Amino acid sequence: MGIVVRNVGKRFGAYTALEDVSIEVPDGSLTALLGPSGSGKSTLLRIVAGLETPDRGSVLIEGRDATNLPPQERGVGFVFQHYAAFKHMTVRDNVGFGLRIRKAPKAQVRTRVDELLGLVQLDGLAERYPSQLSGGQRQRMALARALAVEPRVLLLDEPFGALDARVREELRDWLRRLHEQVHVTTVLVTHDQEEAMEVSSRIVVMNHARVEQVGAPADLYERPASDFVMGFVGKVNRLPGAYIRPHEVRICDPREPGCEAAEVERLLALGFETRVELRRRRDGQRLWAQLAPDELARLGLEPGQEVGIDLARARRIGDEALLAGTAA
Amino acid sequence: MSALTSTLPVPAGDVPVGKKRPIEGSRGARLGLRAVALAYLALLVLGPVVLMTLSTFAEGIAPVVEALTTPAFTHALWLTFLMVAVAVPLNTVFGVACALVVVRHEFRGKGLVDALLTLPLGVSPVVVGLALIILYSPLGGWFGPWLREQGIMVIFAPPGMILATVFVSLPFVAREVIPVLREIGTDQEQAARILGASGWQTFWLVTLPAIRVGVAYGVVLTTARALGEYGAVAIVSGKLAGRTETLTLHVEERWLGFDPVAAYATSVVLALMAVLVLVLMRRLEPKEIGDSG
Repeated sequence: MGIVVRNVGKRFGAYTALEDVSIEVPDGSLTALLGPSGSGKSTLLRIVAGLETPDRGSVLIEGRDATNLPPQERGVGFVFQHYAAFKHMTVRDNVGFGLRIRKAPKAQVRTRVDELLGLVQLDGLAERYPSQLSGGQRQRMALARALAVEPRVLLLDEPFGALDARVREELRDWLRRLHEQVHVTTVLVTHDQEEAMEVSSRIVVMNHARVEQVGAPADLYERPASDFVMGFVGKVNRLPGAYIRPHEVRICDPREPGCEAAEVERLLALGFETRVELRRRRDGQRLWAQLAPDELARLGLEPGQEVGIDLARARRIGDEALLAGTAA
Repeated sequence: MSALTSTLPVPAGDVPVGKKRPIEGSRGARLGLRAVALAYLALLVLGPVVLMTLSTFAEGIAPVVEALTTPAFTHALWLTFLMVAVAVPLNTVFGVACALVVVRHEFRGKGLVDALLTLPLGVSPVVVGLALIILYSPLGGWFGPWLREQGIMVIFAPPGMILATVFVSLPFVAREVIPVLREIGTDQEQAARILGASGWQTFWLVTLPAIRVGVAYGVVLTTARALGEYGAVAIVSGKLAGRTETLTLHVEERWLGFDPVAAYATSVVLALMAVLVLVLMRRLEPKEIGDSG
């Protein structure tokens, strides 16, 4: 196991940040800690890094008890949301910092830094200062700096949170492929479920200082263990006593058996998908369906139109999967 | 993590931000503002300094040279250097230490430390001088008689003057560094620790370079204050010419002694020293590498 966290609790005054949290991060995996702000995910990451001390419980890194080790002895790499670049040092000196602290020979530092700058595609920018880099470049520099000392585990605290949407998406993609190359056990903290699902192979969903569910992205989406995970991972329509994903809502002919009458209220074209906002005739229940653009064209929907909706794929709240999570 | 040869594509659409343009008002408003600011400075700062310099050399260079070579002047100069040489390093080291304590540590009574750091700015130097006399006067001060038995004179002697100077120039480094420390936050320091740096290495390699502009300005202000201190030093020194006179006291003593040229010349020396300190500190400031986060 890359990282094992056992029964960790942490309070800040009257505020409980973590309540008896246990997780395991497999060796070489890319695991996301996903949750809304205040769920305790960042605190958990900082406890693994040694930046916070847990009130109880223990942390094992590659089988070694690290609970009482200072950060510099844990063999972790850490990337901060706001880069934490050493502003007075060039990119080269930033990346080589950990090696210089370890008194590595100058030539070796140079070679290694050049290698890493190649890996994060900052070759040619070695003599720049962080202020002369874009946000994305700074974060890649921070990543190279963290990787330079060959950490056992890499911890990323909302690494793309301060970047704009397009750069964020590119970096996600890039991080995933970087991980395929480097294979270091990585934990990524994020509040963005799309980011977690896109980048990681395992997701730990956290809420209110507790772990809600752990699983592969598809597991969480298909078999959410709690009401919270259902709503947080992927879009959802909540119906009385049941829920259905927007892409599971089928638009049909109202006369067809199994179809209920509904009215199209609004169409929202988002490019790759269209949201059809609907209102069920029977009880005025509002919900929306997700359609691909060509599907929309085929159906030729317009606001005010009377259609049928097929909710056969709706799942009841209280299904087995849901009970498993809420019993904890 | 060995084969670090990569062919991953560079994320596009992520370019460094350019320089921001200042918000501009109308041309008339800008010129007006500039004129007011410059006139104010000219009237209150430049004018007196220029006039003083002119007055110094009104009777030629010879009386100036004479005034600046008297034993009383050279001793005052030496004593002033001594004040600066003790007060500035002491207050720089303790100022940075106090700033770190106030910003990076949580403890009871932190507010009190913060307040004490500001107190010397608010208390009149005369009060500081009197307080030192109450403590150290050889005639009935709290510690004075005992110190005199040990052969140590504090009042009417350089030690008391140094104490007074250190006291009045104490807040500047800390006050300059505290906001800078708050501004830079703890991310950089934490990053350094995780990368393996000890607390001491983190301070020297990361914290100190990040706050050095604040420290530099603090040192300038401390030096200026130590050079120019008059009130507190005047009270504890006894103003003995050639023995306990700093340059500021020498200016007053010469002025009252109907020797205006010596008073002017000494004043010009003081002003030049202040300018020199400013220039030196400008030199130490980092080259323009931007400040965006």
